[in-house]
Amino acid sequence: MDGVLTVAFLKAAIIAGTPLLFATVGEIITEKVGNLNLGVEGMMLMGAVIGFQVAHVTSNPLLALIAAALAGAIGALIFAFLTVSLRANQVVTGLALTIFGTGFSSFMGKGLVGIKLSDEFSASFTSIKIPGLGDIPVIGEILFNHDILVYLGYLTAILIGLYMYNTRKGLNLRAVGENPAAADAASVRITAYKYGHILLGGALCGLGGAYLSLVQVPVWQENITAGRGWIAVALVIFAAWNPYKALIGSYFFGGLDIIGFRLQGTGIQISQYFVDMLPYLMTIFVLVIVSLKKDRKNAPPKALSEPYFREER
Amino acid sequence: MQFRVVKKPEISQKQYFLIMLAAITLALLTSGLFILLLGFNPLGVYASMIQGAFGSAYRIEQTIVAAVPLIIISLGVAIAFKMKFWNIGGEGQVIMGAFFASFLALNYQHLSRPLLLLLMVVAGFIGGALWGLIPAFLKAKWDTNETIVTLMLNYIALKWVTYLQYGPWKDPASLGFPKIANFTENAILPKLFGVHIGWVIALILVVIMYIFMNYSKKGFEIAVLGESINTARYAGINIFRTILFTMFLSGGLCGLAGMIQASAVINTLSVEVAGGVGFTAIITAWLGALKPHWIVVVSVLFAAMVQGGSYIQTAFGISAASASIIQAMILFFVLGSDFFTKYKVVIGSSLPADRKGAK
Amino acid sequence: MQNGSVYVSMRDITKTFGNVVATDKMNLDVAEGEIHALLGENGAGKSTLMNMLSGIYIPDSGHIFIGGKEVKFSSPRDAINAGVGMIHQHFKLVDVLTALENILLGKRKGFLLNKKQHYHEVRKIMEQFHLEVDLKKYIYDMSVGEKQNLEILKTLYRGARILILDEPTAVLTPQETVVLFKIMRRMKEQGCSVIFISHKMNEVMEIADRITVLRKGKTIATLNKAETNPEELTELMVGRPIDLSINRIERVTDKRVLKVRDLRAVNEEGVEVLKGLNFDICAGEILGVAGIAGSGQKELCEALAGLYPVKEGEILFKGENLVGKTPKEFITRGISMSFIPEDRLGMGLVASMDMVDNILLKQYHHTKGFLKKKPAAAKAEEIIKKLDVQTPGIHHPIKNLSGGNIQKVLLGRELDSHPELLITAYPVRGLDINTCLRIYDILNEEKKKGVAILYIAEDLDSLLGLSDRIMVISNGEITGIVDARKATKEQLGAMMLGKKEEEYAV
Repeated sequence: MDGVLTVAFLKAAIIAGTPLLFATVGEIITEKVGNLNLGVEGMMLMGAVIGFQVAHVTSNPLLALIAAALAGAIGALIFAFLTVSLRANQVVTGLALTIFGTGFSSFMGKGLVGIKLSDEFSASFTSIKIPGLGDIPVIGEILFNHDILVYLGYLTAILIGLYMYNTRKGLNLRAVGENPAAADAASVRITAYKYGHILLGGALCGLGGAYLSLVQVPVWQENITAGRGWIAVALVIFAAWNPYKALIGSYFFGGLDIIGFRLQGTGIQISQYFVDMLPYLMTIFVLVIVSLKKDRKNAPPKALSEPYFREER
Repeated sequence: MQFRVVKKPEISQKQYFLIMLAAITLALLTSGLFILLLGFNPLGVYASMIQGAFGSAYRIEQTIVAAVPLIIISLGVAIAFKMKFWNIGGEGQVIMGAFFASFLALNYQHLSRPLLLLLMVVAGFIGGALWGLIPAFLKAKWDTNETIVTLMLNYIALKWVTYLQYGPWKDPASLGFPKIANFTENAILPKLFGVHIGWVIALILVVIMYIFMNYSKKGFEIAVLGESINTARYAGINIFRTILFTMFLSGGLCGLAGMIQASAVINTLSVEVAGGVGFTAIITAWLGALKPHWIVVVSVLFAAMVQGGSYIQTAFGISAASASIIQAMILFFVLGSDFFTKYKVVIGSSLPADRKGAK
Repeated sequence: MQNGSVYVSMRDITKTFGNVVATDKMNLDVAEGEIHALLGENGAGKSTLMNMLSGIYIPDSGHIFIGGKEVKFSSPRDAINAGVGMIHQHFKLVDVLTALENILLGKRKGFLLNKKQHYHEVRKIMEQFHLEVDLKKYIYDMSVGEKQNLEILKTLYRGARILILDEPTAVLTPQETVVLFKIMRRMKEQGCSVIFISHKMNEVMEIADRITVLRKGKTIATLNKAETNPEELTELMVGRPIDLSINRIERVTDKRVLKVRDLRAVNEEGVEVLKGLNFDICAGEILGVAGIAGSGQKELCEALAGLYPVKEGEILFKGENLVGKTPKEFITRGISMSFIPEDRLGMGLVASMDMVDNILLKQYHHTKGFLKKKPAAAKAEEIIKKLDVQTPGIHHPIKNLSGGNIQKVLLGRELDSHPELLITAYPVRGLDINTCLRIYDILNEEKKKGVAILYIAEDLDSLLGLSDRIMVISNGEITGIVDARKATKEQLGAMMLGKKEEEYAV
């Protein structure tokens, strides 16, 4: 494997892990507030297609990213309205959102298939070497010579982590997911917290999708996420609902995602299709490992996927 | 001005039905608005969809062909959902069922048609069932999240068939085109009244599953387990075995649908064999309230929507994906409407008029 | 009444849930610096009324005045701002957070969490009210008493002047109750209005200044404690004179039905939850089990019923060792034991199913092939008649019945199999007095038939009144088995806290 674990490979793993990171952190914040949104794949696709569409029309990267985040948030809004306000079953609603998002992206993306974004647009996402950090041997090249969205990914995970564990709102947020009745009695506004964080989570999923369509691939293709949304859902469990750990998980799976290309280069005889199975197999493997060692620290939020109604008797 | 939610007294069957109807109407209206935004006349589009689904004998046949796998997979999904086992791996189970059946179809062409077809049915069932047993075992043994495992297995199954199609099973006669050889005649299901015999199988399965879910001991155990694991343990139900059995059945039904698709519809194995029907079946199973007879109704409607969707693609140039948007929309509205069967929203002041007079 | 001014006033409060009128034009006046007891049976509307005062429920109609001003709460936040704090029966604490974090929850002052600064503020209040709470402890490591103190502290920290305690003593040992009453008196001295919800007469008589009695959603009367007595209160509460004494029937034989020897079990985390239990139950005997919640009662019952893995030891039922047998074997092999679990809807019954299906739950193993619903339906009718179950019909989902009727369905089904050993965990929890008495009667009837009964309860009065012997467990160990005729509450309380009883009275 020496030939595989090169600096270039690890660097590419960070890039491939970035959409996963956005989506995973987005889902973490959603689940932390007590809602299991299985629509990650759908929201990513919505973000990916809308981002691409806007990028294609305006060539404005900022607008494209904002549009993608909004698209993800709108998907999340449907979910939030149904599960928070109307107390619908979260599993089925999430699945419906994925089906909707998949249909939506294939509908919107029909005329876009095969189109490549302009070079000037892509130029906005060229690598920027961070002065100082980027000069550290090996690590500097792997971690600190990337496009701006990769850095935004680091920043998002860390900021969300700080927010969750070190702020007052973060404390309330965790309480809502653990025990909404307790949080409610302590005058935390449950509905506002749920909506706010579900929407934020959706926006991050939208960004994750946009990273795929705008930066990683820059050519529109149908079903561009190829199950990454689901891997993100699994990564949440792997990361034990901790945004910092999501960094590790995402980049690890990013590596698995691209290992096929690397293996081909090294001349190892294995079918590409088996290599393509790796992220999925590894996800199952990771889930089994996590379920083997259950403890309080790695437990899901206690009120996850239960609707809350103050006057329930 | 404020509004708040209060619990409703129990509602009647009729009210329930009306609420559902309202939900579907609203879903169609919202979708219609969407179609209007695209610059088409929604009524015209809907009319064409109906045309496309039921407009001629051939179209009706095609709709039934599309409904068959939907019904069978929905039954499979429904029994797992009844146990609150979120099997969203129908897609993969279909593919594996088709794979098992295709293995026989491609390698044992010399067998007589009834025998080969029978063996293929069994193989299809077992293929799907085995694929369903993996998440069941993981869930029963270590409580591993089945939603994600079943989903991952979809992708793995898909990659596996891709591998076969592009690799060892590629038909040498197809001149380099990545395609698996067509089945011989004796591996293809016969037709009855113009539609392959799968529809008969589907209807028989509906009856069997209806009886199974309502009158059999195992069906009862599955329902109890779905409601509460502790009650199931208390009642002496073997949790481990019930989970495995249920998923064997659930996956098996999906696999059987895969066999039917491979044998009767595309006459070979391909990556397209499931084509998303495993996901649509989740919607139909849920909308059919996990009840076999309702599943038939919903599945036929959805099949009609899919057929209509591909028809309007040619007629109006609207993407066939619009059908899945409308489907998701209906699901959204029905999911949301459930709320109104349990609660009502009181708008305005929280206190009745008499208090205003008192002040 | 200590000082005359009315501080809280609730007028004509009505609240309905679906078809149920929970409170019907209720009235309540509470003064400053008084402890006011709300007395009523389960379902009388005590908690509902107080949930409206604390902003959790919104009344359908009526007025609430605090300090003379009308208030309208639409959320707990409004109530807290008006100085109302409620300590719920089910603590509203987040398990995975520390005590301090729980106190800070929902307060909004500043963006970052500054735990140090708040720590000192909280300490000050603890000193003022003589409360003792370890602020750095996680909730999941706390005992019930500690959690309750924390709840009180939390409420006081939010500046509550009106404290509502919803059945605070239900889960406490007698010793912890003494501490709680001290804290309540201290709050009263500080000028707080304390509302104390209870249905325990002796506690109300001990701590309250005034008492308001509620019955079936209506306010019946408000009385000064000094001018009333338990008999009058009971009559007001139940609506008719009632004999609260529990009969004890003498046991007749010494035939041992169940022998438990050195029973050990460990939980999922590897902690030993049953630490070598030894006891017997005779035919026609009620063996009471007392203990602080979570001392191993649940594990003991489930181990006996084959639902909890036993690590070591023997469970000898009429000489046959049951260890390692599954509940299904119990049913199919005719081991005549019945278990009434604590969690009726979560374990004993299927909430969304009807009576017929719930009865099938214990019968279907015996039938071959398909389900036989007819005999189960007949059984259902029989149980309805025998135990006077109030239900719209046998095909009505169980979850829509009242707690008492649900318990009757469960008991009816279990007694139908004519068990020789009956294990009952908290069989009267949450039930009204009449149903409680009816359940005691049923247990006594079974006892008379020679059934051996293991009776787990939290209410020491019923344990002392009903049992022949009382086994006290503390932290998974038996601290003593005493004669119920001779034991005192104080003695049981000490044993519940782990003090070993040396002289075994068998």
